[in-house]
Amino acid sequence: MAVATRRTQGLTDKQLHYCPGCTHGIIHRLVAEAIEELGVLEKTVGVCPVGCAVFAYEYFNCDMIEAAHGRAPAVATGVKRVLPESVVFTYQGDGDLAAIGTAETVHVASRGEKITTVFVNNAVYGMTGGQMAPTTLLGQKTTTTPFGRQADVAGFPLRVAELVATIEGAAYITRVAVNTPKNILRAKKAILKAFNVQIQGLGFSLVEVLSTCPTNWGLSPPEALRWLKEKMIPAYPLGEFKAPEGGV
Amino acid sequence: MTQVFFDTERCKGCELCVTVCPKKIIKLSAGEINSFGFHPAVLTDGEKCTGCKFCFLICPDTAVTVIKEEGGNGKSTDEGQ
Repeated sequence: MAVATRRTQGLTDKQLHYCPGCTHGIIHRLVAEAIEELGVLEKTVGVCPVGCAVFAYEYFNCDMIEAAHGRAPAVATGVKRVLPESVVFTYQGDGDLAAIGTAETVHVASRGEKITTVFVNNAVYGMTGGQMAPTTLLGQKTTTTPFGRQADVAGFPLRVAELVATIEGAAYITRVAVNTPKNILRAKKAILKAFNVQIQGLGFSLVEVLSTCPTNWGLSPPEALRWLKEKMIPAYPLGEFKAPEGGV
Repeated sequence: MTQVFFDTERCKGCELCVTVCPKKIIKLSAGEINSFGFHPAVLTDGEKCTGCKFCFLICPDTAVTVIKEEGGNGKSTDEGQ
């Protein structure tokens, strides 16, 4: 008998605080597995956001720093420049990365910092109770858009991967989802590639991961996966928007 | 022959494994309740398990362990649909 699945060493034993069915847990596991498989667990430094993943420093089994809201890329820049041999990643949600932290996100890419950003997009503010996020879909109901987001009042959803891919310093920009086992395996490959881009010093890498928020979407976890597939993926198409020429 | 174990204390009863299981052999325990008040997932018919690991892949709480016999049954679906 052989264990076909093993809990990654990249995660601590602590129980995740996320709501039942929240896909943050899947993304945590994928990032942790990638770090472990690349053999860089001992020299990895992660930077946590403000948002639901604020306690991520308790879950990742590497050095972790908690940044002020939206400032994870700035903190990661400092770490990477002082410790250029280290592997540095930020783990940020859509409120952190695409709202208060937009400037940080754009400029970390424009500087071509050799860090990796894992961007968890669930189209809503989770921790604060389900308010509209920059990534909320048109027509999507949130506590601050009770009749659905309307473009003339609340603007349009921000497509971060496409935006950042236009910046020269960005080396690898992709969007994946974690709604099916197949997409989860693809997401894992994308995260591995993003870390490889960093390790090879090619520039800034960002993996946008479409995620669910069953609690604030008001859906059961299986319904939330369906909503992600039917509503989010058409608005946020999956795929690589920028990749190093010649592969990684 | 494969075996699937659910860490009942980690399981939050979200049912994601129930929905992805291609053999439909996972359900939430009706009688059992863990210390957080959730009904944990259980296997109903272990004989039918192919060891595809979908439940492991989708579990947000790393509560699933899949154990496979060496050689397996030739139905590995690591790159599954």
